[in-house]
Amino acid sequence: MAEAAESPGDPGTATPRPLMRDLKAVGKKFMHVLYPRKSNTLLRDWDLWGPLILCVTLALMLQRGSVDSEKDGGPQFAEVFVIVWFGAVTITLNSKLLGGNISFFQSLCVLGYCILPLTVAMLVCRLVLLAEPGPINFMVRLFVVIVMFAWSIVASTAFLADSQPPNRKALAVYPVFLFYFVISWMILTFTPQ
Amino acid sequence: MAAADELAFHEFEEATNLLAQTPNEATPRGDQLVPQQHVAVAVDSGGSYGAEDEVEESDKTALLQEEKQQPGFWTFSYYQSFFDVDTSQVLDRIKGSLLPRPGHNFVRHHLRNRPDLYGPFWICATLAFVLAVTGNLTLVLAQRRDPSIHYSPQFHKVTVAGTAIYCYAWLVPLALWGFLQWRKGVRERMGPYTFLETVCVYGYSLFVFLPTVVLWLIPVPWLQWLSGALALALSAAGLVFTLWPVVREDTRLAAVLLLSVVVLLHALLATGCKFYFFQPLPLEPAAPPHQATSQPPTVLLSPPPPRSAAA
Repeated sequence: MAEAAESPGDPGTATPRPLMRDLKAVGKKFMHVLYPRKSNTLLRDWDLWGPLILCVTLALMLQRGSVDSEKDGGPQFAEVFVIVWFGAVTITLNSKLLGGNISFFQSLCVLGYCILPLTVAMLVCRLVLLAEPGPINFMVRLFVVIVMFAWSIVASTAFLADSQPPNRKALAVYPVFLFYFVISWMILTFTPQ
Repeated sequence: MAAADELAFHEFEEATNLLAQTPNEATPRGDQLVPQQHVAVAVDSGGSYGAEDEVEESDKTALLQEEKQQPGFWTFSYYQSFFDVDTSQVLDRIKGSLLPRPGHNFVRHHLRNRPDLYGPFWICATLAFVLAVTGNLTLVLAQRRDPSIHYSPQFHKVTVAGTAIYCYAWLVPLALWGFLQWRKGVRERMGPYTFLETVCVYGYSLFVFLPTVVLWLIPVPWLQWLSGALALALSAAGLVFTLWPVVREDTRLAAVLLLSVVVLLHALLATGCKFYFFQPLPLEPAAPPHQATSQPPTVLLSPPPPRSAAA
């Protein structure tokens, strides 16, 4: 499976990669994020499909109707996209500059997949917002977002922290914390029309 | 010339300290402070040794540059050299910026000719996000006091905050560095700081605003002004103490002018952030709660002025 994925340009084997196999690989990585263990699956067979799906889902759910004024509202689709990808690239560059031995795309893959808990939190928040507004509504959303934020941090740190030299781990993990904090803030402040 | 020998001995110690460059030496550095301070006192009291000190400084820096073998700016390892810091070093630099002391020059004492870009970059990023988030939280607090204020996430303020903070933290050091380079001819004893060292000083000096911005959430006006003034004093003091050895030899007018412009720009940044990002709390609730909920909240195109102004 891995070797076919690594040699797509080989003219001899003209078989297209089956879609189901890729979807299964993405699904398997989702499971690894939800139940973080010390496995190398995310790092070894990285792919960026999962992060793309998650980012598009999150950006679509965070989008408000165009009725609201552009100036004061929440982030637009393009803004969410830019924040997620630009943020992930910046964190990856940061960890490489600090001397980490993780590859560029592996790091993007891990950071993108670990948005999954926050995407779940966004789904839950949207469902909760259908109910009666009020302080209980807000407390439930706050609790869910905090739990998922912690889950994202734990999942990504489990994968990323090992690749850093030991006296710089905190320096590499702090931007990850900031990144997921900003995404959690966007989710928490989402107010529907 | 026993005094010159004494100086030479201390210079040798300082050179070995700089060449050692081992990561976890936070505590040993404290012990090695004493000879450095002796050197500083001796040089200050004897003006004739100034030229000697300059020669030895340039020898030391030449030695360090040979050691480093600067790669070209198009290679990755060139930029990696600016991130060559450990957690303990970053924490030490932050502590140094929080507690400025008159004798201690931030660049010589904490940076030790190894400026980093990690601190300035991430402190600015954190400050931009914290400003936007706490500013939005004050809007929440204002809305609870006066329900006619319309809450919105105001996400565009993140962009504004980011642009403002990064422009300040990178363009002002550029201007300052340019000015100091221009006045370089006047100075004999101490070379000007490199651009990265100036950026570092400014970046770390912005750290003290992080807890201040969070404290500005408390809607007590005198506390807000007090904490703002305290943060500004600490931050500006750090900048002034760092710049003083460099501008001291310049004409009195130029020195005073430069330092007051630096402090003024810092004050402008602090007050500008306070007024732009933070929603002032309305003085009293605008209407009893049951009347407010019967009216649908109006969708406004821009945040309204606080109700207290009209009252």
